[in-house]
Amino acid sequence: MKLLLKGGRIVDPSQDIDETLDLLIEDGLIARIAPNLPTPEVGRDSGTAVVDLEGKTIVPGLLDMHTHLREPGHEYKETILSGTAAALAGGFTAVACMANTSPVNDNSSVTDFILRKAARADLARVYPVAAVSRNLEGEILTEFSDLKDAGAVALSDDGNPVATAGLMRRALEYAYSLSLPVISHCEDRSLTEGGAMNEGFVSTELGLPGIPAIAEDIMAARDIAIAEYTGTRVHIAHVSTAATVELVRDAKRRGIAVTAETAPHYFTLTDEALRSYSTDLKVYPPIRGSEDRDAVIGGLRDGTIDVIASDHAPHSSIEKDVEFAYAATGLIGLETSLALSLAMVEQGVISIGRLVEAMSVNPARILGVPGGTLRTGTAADVTVIDTTRAWTVDKNAFRSLSRNCPFHGRRLTGKALMTIVGGIIKYREDAKPL
Amino acid sequence: MELTRKDILGLSDFSVDEINLVLDTAESFREISTRTIKKVPTLRGITVINLFYEASTRTHTSFEIAAKRLSADAINISTSTSSVTKGETLADTAKTLEAMSPDIIVIRHACAGAPHILARLLGQSIINAGDGSHEHPTQALLDMLTIRQKKGTIEGLKVVLVGDIMNSRVARSNMYGLTRMGARVTVCGPAMLIPRGVEGMGVTVETNMQKALQDADVVMMLRMQFERQQGAVFPSVREYARLFCLTVPMLKEAKEDAIVMHPGPINRGIEIAPEVADGFRSVILDQVTNGVAVRMALLYLLAGGRQ
Repeated sequence: MKLLLKGGRIVDPSQDIDETLDLLIEDGLIARIAPNLPTPEVGRDSGTAVVDLEGKTIVPGLLDMHTHLREPGHEYKETILSGTAAALAGGFTAVACMANTSPVNDNSSVTDFILRKAARADLARVYPVAAVSRNLEGEILTEFSDLKDAGAVALSDDGNPVATAGLMRRALEYAYSLSLPVISHCEDRSLTEGGAMNEGFVSTELGLPGIPAIAEDIMAARDIAIAEYTGTRVHIAHVSTAATVELVRDAKRRGIAVTAETAPHYFTLTDEALRSYSTDLKVYPPIRGSEDRDAVIGGLRDGTIDVIASDHAPHSSIEKDVEFAYAATGLIGLETSLALSLAMVEQGVISIGRLVEAMSVNPARILGVPGGTLRTGTAADVTVIDTTRAWTVDKNAFRSLSRNCPFHGRRLTGKALMTIVGGIIKYREDAKPL
Repeated sequence: MELTRKDILGLSDFSVDEINLVLDTAESFREISTRTIKKVPTLRGITVINLFYEASTRTHTSFEIAAKRLSADAINISTSTSSVTKGETLADTAKTLEAMSPDIIVIRHACAGAPHILARLLGQSIINAGDGSHEHPTQALLDMLTIRQKKGTIEGLKVVLVGDIMNSRVARSNMYGLTRMGARVTVCGPAMLIPRGVEGMGVTVETNMQKALQDADVVMMLRMQFERQQGAVFPSVREYARLFCLTVPMLKEAKEDAIVMHPGPINRGIEIAPEVADGFRSVILDQVTNGVAVRMALLYLLAGGRQ
């Protein structure tokens, strides 16, 4: 079985490629990238499917390193099947899924369960992130080595920040010795307690309890200090504040092994949007003010922020169609992340190459998983993007089981046309315009 | 002029004309409450539901009396007597009530934004009778009516709000309303109970009460909302009273003819000394009286009445 992608613009920063080339996939692997590969004559070489991709962009398969697939435990919000279907529709050939399931992914049997479900779904690749601490309680470390052997690629208590510096120190040291990254959700709970949105003028006007930016900054500073002192590394999840961007920038300058990600809602929205009291905008860390938003964009521009990840966090109407204070936190992003990120390219913040780094190359490198490249001989995980396709977000058309999307009705440009995993076209965008 | 809005959710977007319309209408309704037979047939056939998710004596009673004096049918639902305690969502409760065709729903809720959910879901007029720490528009309107009644005007007055500004919906609605009407507003309270960025609402912040009261025409004391605070926000009631209790000597810092207001219920000896609460400069009970008039005016205007 061969697949020949003809005439597309191939953007692969891992090989420093950005030109119009043909790409041949054979037996699930990238076989050749070259100009004008011969098109087999019809009827003679029926084993080769040919797709004309003139004007389209071909990139290494996108990897969303921060998602919540909700299985096991909350299958009414999302399953590994629906979540990976949403991933494919959003152009992602792989996702990493956080550990705050029920039961928590804090032991190898849960990791194994997730991987078996993912294999059965046979859609996007799934990389489980296991918990740092048992039941995400911040008390006792999980069995990192056993979890790694079961297939966990990283560790995080995401959703529940590791409250004590002592436990975080031991986690970073142990994980580093096992070559596992630790992903830190930076929020000091003593400052976020009871908070519903970013603290500032808007929260004051809305009468909603605020979450100050320093809640994130203080913990980011702590984790960077631990990484520096112990000579280990840490990945800061969903950076939302100007000061945290600056902390990461400074740490990198000083050679500390810190990486960082942000999510599209942090570089697209500001807390002004919350004036609607829409619970789809309730998320931790909260959507910040314009200065923070601009600083996050600055972090993307200069590479301080390595990764764009959606923090896809599905919730049903049961958790969201309630009073703001009672609503669950999180929003879904797998099916809008690419277009919102392409807006950064459109606005000249980052190049398409930088986007591919942030959504494919870097997450693969940080997690230490295959992918992030179209190098010959590697698995053919490929995303084909129409960067000019305009469409309107319709949350009711999502593959995700949940509808907590604050971008519903928004006009976006850019869409995944084809998502190829291991050489198989797993998703193909309908030709009819949305 | 008529009120063209469907709901009264807050004063953040109320124009000067709208505020004057409500106050003028209330002024004309105040007289009804002084009659021997305190009832007019104006809103006969109109159904008002008072949906109270939070305990309230004065606001709830005030709305009920306002409706009844206009001959509307007032139905009262409070948390202890309804399906709310059975775990029904606000949206479901709202739709259930809608199916019974009321005309106006008055809601008090502990969560900011709760009335907005109703306003979005229902075709009926919604009046916010207090939502969390957000707004309490009818209180601010009755406060402004009282100030106008006692001082003749609101414009140019110095109004000082003292207390837990952060958790006070009364403060927010008054900041919107008073600044729009041209008052100079100072907010005063413990530093940790001054919400971030509040200066953006056009007010001055002062944490020293003596300084705050200089030249004040109106001193509005707020209830210390100990029940709304997370954990140990302020050291003690004693310490609070030492710094922020409106005592007779403290009141001397304000203008000689300054009036003293309080939305109630008052904590005697905590934010206000009994001699001040009961003193001749206190207009606390006028506020209560005006509350009925303002709510009558709002029910009337929302039901389509014209000034």
